[in-house]
Amino acid sequence: MKRVQFSHPYLPYLFLLPQMAVIFIFFYWPSAQAIQSSFYLEDPFGFGSTFVGINNYTDILSSSEYMRIAWFTVWFTVLVTFFSLSIGLLLAVKADAILKGASAYKTLLISVYAVAPPVAGLIGVMFFDQHIGPFVKFAALFGWDMRIGINYYDTAIAMITIAVWKQIPYNFIFFLSGLQGIPVSVREASAIDCRSGLRRFWTITLPLLSPTAFFLLIINMTYALFDTFGIVDTTVKDKAANNPITLVYKVYMDGFRGNDLGGSSAQSVILMIVVFVLTIFQFRFLERRVHYN
Amino acid sequence: MANIQIANVSKTYAGDIHAVKSVNIDIADGEFIVLVGPSGCGKSTLLRMIAGLETITSGTASIGGKIVNKVEPAERDIAMVFQNYALYPHMSVYANMAYGLKNRGTPKAEIDARVKEAVRMLELEPYLDRKPRALSGGQRQRVAMGRAIVRKPAAFLFDEPLSNLDAKLRVSMRGEIKQLQKRLGTTSLYVTHDQLEAMTLADRLVVLNRGEVEQIGTPLDVYHNPASTFVAGFIGSPAMNLVNVEITGQTIAFGDQTISVENRTLPQGKSTLGIRPEDLRLAQDGSGFAFHVDYIEELGAQRLVHGHASGTPLTVTLSSEVALPEDIRLSVLAEKLHFFSAETGKRITA
Ligand SMILES: Nc1ncnc2c1ncn2[C@@H]1O[C@H](COP(=O)(O)OP(=O)(O)OP(=O)(O)O)[C@@H](O)[C@H]1O
Ligand SMILES: [Mg+2]
Repeated sequence: MKRVQFSHPYLPYLFLLPQMAVIFIFFYWPSAQAIQSSFYLEDPFGFGSTFVGINNYTDILSSSEYMRIAWFTVWFTVLVTFFSLSIGLLLAVKADAILKGASAYKTLLISVYAVAPPVAGLIGVMFFDQHIGPFVKFAALFGWDMRIGINYYDTAIAMITIAVWKQIPYNFIFFLSGLQGIPVSVREASAIDCRSGLRRFWTITLPLLSPTAFFLLIINMTYALFDTFGIVDTTVKDKAANNPITLVYKVYMDGFRGNDLGGSSAQSVILMIVVFVLTIFQFRFLERRVHYN
Repeated sequence: MANIQIANVSKTYAGDIHAVKSVNIDIADGEFIVLVGPSGCGKSTLLRMIAGLETITSGTASIGGKIVNKVEPAERDIAMVFQNYALYPHMSVYANMAYGLKNRGTPKAEIDARVKEAVRMLELEPYLDRKPRALSGGQRQRVAMGRAIVRKPAAFLFDEPLSNLDAKLRVSMRGEIKQLQKRLGTTSLYVTHDQLEAMTLADRLVVLNRGEVEQIGTPLDVYHNPASTFVAGFIGSPAMNLVNVEITGQTIAFGDQTISVENRTLPQGKSTLGIRPEDLRLAQDGSGFAFHVDYIEELGAQRLVHGHASGTPLTVTLSSEVALPEDIRLSVLAEKLHFFSAETGKRITA
């Protein structure tokens, strides 16, 4: 490691300042603000606020609507994470089998996928367009009259499918490079030791992929919880009433549409706590089973 | 236990790379065969075709009388030891060894007994619960050996298993492998580019050059009767001296000097003369041919004298107890001369 001696003792802190400022302005400060305002009832017209203690929290937790949305969010997150991880892995395994050694091909494939996610998201939304979406037409062939934005389950299915669709390329790249990182000779040794390809996958490939899988698990859950905001927004098309939405979307709706800043803040604090607990859980209990090389 | 037959086996990679060309080897049950040759000569490719890790382009490989060309690696009843060990990094030493047996449905008690036995043989008892990354290179090598042994396969295949070890460990592991193989009596095919390793391990050597078999024979046979200039130069260290000569009657001429040989019929005309460094002697009282010393390597009991005679580089092994005279003249032992065709490089048998 190279050590640099600064002539001025404050200079290093000056270099750190922009980064610290960003973290402070965009993370700590809003968090603190949210925690603070979650204890107040904000006047909708901006005329001051009243301290209401934990009222916002009790309101939320006793609201059946909130609970329903929370359950949907749980299902949404579990399904999106599960399907985008498993489909991404499946595709990566298939690609890996073909790619053995052909590195030029590999770079090509990865670079294509690297630009894909935003485009894929757009295509996903178009797929489910009520009027021109091929998926909707396809469903109609089987007598399934998909009414996205109107029927709760149809909307939920569209939302989950688009969210999965958009995340697959990302997972694919990571799984593929993880697979390529498994030494060829280890695979060959296992081919001599075990006849069943499926069994080799479970006992050798998957354990050796576990660092990648663990990383992607966290990334995908965070994605499903937070980054799907845009997908939810386009699918429900402003008509959230009878449609499935996730907790993050509700924070936005209550805060900016309903002007209930206090309630909305309390919701985001609850979300923060959930994510915090989830992350601790993942690192404490799941990471133990991860084999780092 | 089984014999292995390699009949007319060839391997062509995409891009018209002929890695192995029509190789024939018959390996008897329990025999230790070493494939030796320079880097890129196709040793690994040949071994991997027998293991089933590479398809056979043409020809047949049989293990125990059964053609295995289309048989999955796991069903060929072979075990392989890789150069970089290829241990499963997420499994303990015990699990690494047990894996192959477990997948074959061997009963738990049997697995346990076999692993314990192998571990005792290889002195790996203290490490049973360790992961490979917590082992030294030599220990990993033993685990890889153990993984092969517990399977009790029809044949062991080794691909340069010792080349990642330091020189001293390499020599001791070499001895252990030889002993183990003798004890177990398992047919073995061993790949190395190290001719010394090949000589010490092999029941029979297979010398490969550019995908073709140059010679098959016992180490001593190959050493004393090399089939070509390639084998002559490859087997033996320091390498055999090769000199372009022209022979008329009993006189061998090279450069502006001659050697007269009696008691032996010589191939007439141009050829390549091969003579091992230890078969050259200091000539007495002005006989023999003149030799000029370039430099000397002292090896302790012996010294390697590098020099030239009439412009031809020569290496001579001499006892270090004999003082070197001012003007060195060398003589040869007639029965130790090898002759090779000047065109094909093949041995000329008189
Ligand atoms: N997958 C492949 N595709 C194309 N050519 C290959 C492939 N594998 C090996 N070769 C070529 O086949 C030849 C033999 O390779 P092989 O690995 O058998 O050599 P080797 O004798 O084991 O050499 P080394 O001592 O360096 O391991 C080489 O010329 C190599 O470049
Ligand atoms: Mg090799």
